[in-house]
Amino acid sequence: MKRLILLVILFLRFYTFAQENGDCLSCHDDKTAKGSRNGKSFSVYVDEKKLKGSVHIKNKCIDCHVDLKGADFPHEEKLKRAQCGACHDEAQKLYSEGLHGKAKAKGDPLAPGCVDCHGNHDILKKKDPRSMTFALKVPFLCGKCHREGSPVQLQRDIPQDHIIENYSESIHGEGLLKKGLTVSATCASCHTPHRILPHTDPRSSIARKNIAATCTQCHMGIENVHRKIIKGELWEKEAHVLPACVDCHQPHKARKVFYDQGMADSDCMKCHANQGLKSSKDGHSMFVDIAEAKDSRHNKVACSQCHSTVNPSKLRPCESITKKVECASCHAAVGEEYKLSTHGKLFAKNDENAPICSECHGTHHILGRRDSRSPIFATNIPKLCAQCHRPGQVAAQRIKNKADNIIEEYRESVHGKGLLKSGLTVTAKCTDCHTAHRELPSSDALSSINPKNIAATCGNCHSGIEEKFAKSIHSPDITKTDKKLPKCNDCHSSHTITRTDGDNFKLGVMTMCGKCHEEIAKTYFETYHGKVSQLGYSKTAKCYDCHGSHDILPPTNPASHLSRQNVAQTCQKCHPGATRRFAGYLTHATHHDPQRYPWLFWVFWGMTGLLVSTFIIAGAHTLLWLPRSFQWKKKLKELEEKEKLDSAEEPDTIKQNEQGKE
Amino acid sequence: MTKKPKLQFQRFTRLQRLLHILMIVSFISLALTGMSLKFAYTSWAYFLSHLLGGFETAGNIHRFAAIIMIIVFITHIFDIIRMKRKIFHSWKSLILGPDSMLFNRKDWDDFKASMKWFAFRGERPLYGRWTYWEKFDYFAVFWGIFVIGSTGATLWFPVFFTQFLPGWALNVATIIHSDEALLATGFIFTVHFFNTHLRPEKFPMDIVIFTGRIPLEEFKLDRPAEYKELVEKGELENYLVEPYQPIVIRTIKIFGWTALSLGLFIVIWIIYAMIFAYR
Repeated sequence: MKRLILLVILFLRFYTFAQENGDCLSCHDDKTAKGSRNGKSFSVYVDEKKLKGSVHIKNKCIDCHVDLKGADFPHEEKLKRAQCGACHDEAQKLYSEGLHGKAKAKGDPLAPGCVDCHGNHDILKKKDPRSMTFALKVPFLCGKCHREGSPVQLQRDIPQDHIIENYSESIHGEGLLKKGLTVSATCASCHTPHRILPHTDPRSSIARKNIAATCTQCHMGIENVHRKIIKGELWEKEAHVLPACVDCHQPHKARKVFYDQGMADSDCMKCHANQGLKSSKDGHSMFVDIAEAKDSRHNKVACSQCHSTVNPSKLRPCESITKKVECASCHAAVGEEYKLSTHGKLFAKNDENAPICSECHGTHHILGRRDSRSPIFATNIPKLCAQCHRPGQVAAQRIKNKADNIIEEYRESVHGKGLLKSGLTVTAKCTDCHTAHRELPSSDALSSINPKNIAATCGNCHSGIEEKFAKSIHSPDITKTDKKLPKCNDCHSSHTITRTDGDNFKLGVMTMCGKCHEEIAKTYFETYHGKVSQLGYSKTAKCYDCHGSHDILPPTNPASHLSRQNVAQTCQKCHPGATRRFAGYLTHATHHDPQRYPWLFWVFWGMTGLLVSTFIIAGAHTLLWLPRSFQWKKKLKELEEKEKLDSAEEPDTIKQNEQGKE
Repeated sequence: MTKKPKLQFQRFTRLQRLLHILMIVSFISLALTGMSLKFAYTSWAYFLSHLLGGFETAGNIHRFAAIIMIIVFITHIFDIIRMKRKIFHSWKSLILGPDSMLFNRKDWDDFKASMKWFAFRGERPLYGRWTYWEKFDYFAVFWGIFVIGSTGATLWFPVFFTQFLPGWALNVATIIHSDEALLATGFIFTVHFFNTHLRPEKFPMDIVIFTGRIPLEEFKLDRPAEYKELVEKGELENYLVEPYQPIVIRTIKIFGWTALSLGLFIVIWIIYAMIFAYR
């Protein structure tokens, strides 16, 4: 009976006191509705629309506000918090174990509760872009408390700083915020949404032993791509000696580069900071200047990343190091290039003079090529290469005869002056033509200075010229011949390259043309233009003034400077008003060819005949005269002496006539 | 009382002397600048061209000297016309008279007699006012001015001339201009120099062309026919003048030496270029 009564009462209550949302809203849809707690007044307005749009659309107010179940209107002002855990018990449990939950339980006013992250009446699914917990919004949500200058960051013990800034610049943040990759890791992906724990807590998702599991949720099979850094077998056999992900990829700052290993460096420095530390093998200094390392490009790279076979489980972790630093583990592409180069080949042959990475780049104090202190800074490169390639040095000795004084020649060249005197770091340096890592002799087909590749090499900077040249008669694409076609360096030279507007070049380049075009160059020097140039003056028509330089074409080609259509215009460059007929001047005339130039031939020989015959007649006349002339000289002398004697007595009878017949 | 110097025979007028000096200056300038281009392949040409201030300046000097020479030539033509009016009074006497610059019967006879004389088969011919070799020199200049002048003008204004000449005419003009110039300089600096200056009895130079005066006795011996004619006509006294002061003579000699040396230098240079450096 008792039970029956209870059922009836319950039944009645249900019906009598069934509280529909509408009942609540009859008061709470008033925008001005206010409540007060601890003397503070706040709005108790509930937006019905939002409520209906939320995930809790099917729930009643009292499902959450359980303490109001059956309460009379108007209900008490002081209510209990909505009990999310009533339904979300799993989340509630995790929350209460986490930092946030514990702090909340302790009554920390800064501790966040469910509603701080999820909202209250307007809770949306986390996949809804409007939701506060939508992936894209998570960093901002967490950032509300964990941004710089916030009370949490100032008053609570948070071991990291600039979390949000760092995150937003990290590869995860960039992926999420800039690229909209909602699958990218957000705060909650690593820290979990509800049971956030410090990394010192072994249960934490970011605890050292859990971090790999956390990262591999997304980065599955990551060990396969880390074999360059960490030998594959270690992943299986000695996982405990492996660094944790965050040792290299700093939390919040993760990028595709490697990060400080933290304490590992200081372990190394325990010994290597000692200036007197010497190798037991050969006595060379093993001292490492940590200040230099911190100043270098590798300041975020840990010692053990380069000295990779270090074994932290040993008392002296570095005793397991047997190999030299292998830069190519990270700089793989560069390493491949180096292997192809003469430097690399020599190294492979164990040539003691073969330059290795550190000889050009340094060791612990590696600096970027834009750092003026770096040995690979543009203006330092000639000096760097000269170390071996200066006459007398190892490379110059090996490359006999060719490497004569290239460094001094380069200094005086247009590139050398541009680089070293004008400080134009864009000027061609050794490495621009020979490449930085794949230098090879020109005879090698892979070489940047191989005849086949040189136009492209020069074209790297001198763009436009390469295209012109490719269309010219000197291009192997146009002229198919077994004879040697000129390349850039045949006319411009390589290390002694000069400005093309200087007389030396202007006149010197004709010798270059003459190397192949022997006959035509010779006849050019018989004409006015050729003679003026021979006198050392460039202000006259030289080969390229008429034929062009990079765009030389045969005169039969309409595009040629010397074609029927263009020739007068070409002459007009120097001879304003020149006509087609003017262009009929034979610029390569010779009077030694009766077949091609009969007029010149016969005029020349006519003139020569006139000259020779005149000289023969006049010369003979003069020579025949000579004996008589000597005789006549005597006669005059006698006369002179006789006159001297006479003049003493003879009176001056002849009348003076100054004017004469003038 | 200072003794009066012996009177001398006046052979050249003041204008004739001035024209010859201008001729020398312009001729040597033309030769030096022109040869520096013709023999451009020699180191001497290179040196000279740079000494003269570059090929453009050398070219300007060349053209300026050419203008001077043309002026000399034209002035001489006007002088002939003036002489025809004042002295000869008719073209006939100018051309056919004994003092004519044109070749005549006497020159042919003199030439034959000279050959005999050279061969020690006769006496020295009685040369008149102008000997046949002097006349040859004189007309060589006429010829040279026309040939070198016309081709030079073509090369000076190639754009103008190729309006009615083919382009290769410039090549032909170059050959003629250059070879005729070679003939002219070679002839003047060897044959003319020898016949007038370096001949043993005149050595090292005959300054009559600068002073205009020749000692009477020497004149009597050198040009007996002219002397005889003047004495017969009783005109000799009209041509007798006082000699120049030694300072004038010295100045003239310095100039003469300069011209002579330059000329000989050019000859040596040409020979060197032709033999040792010809291309």
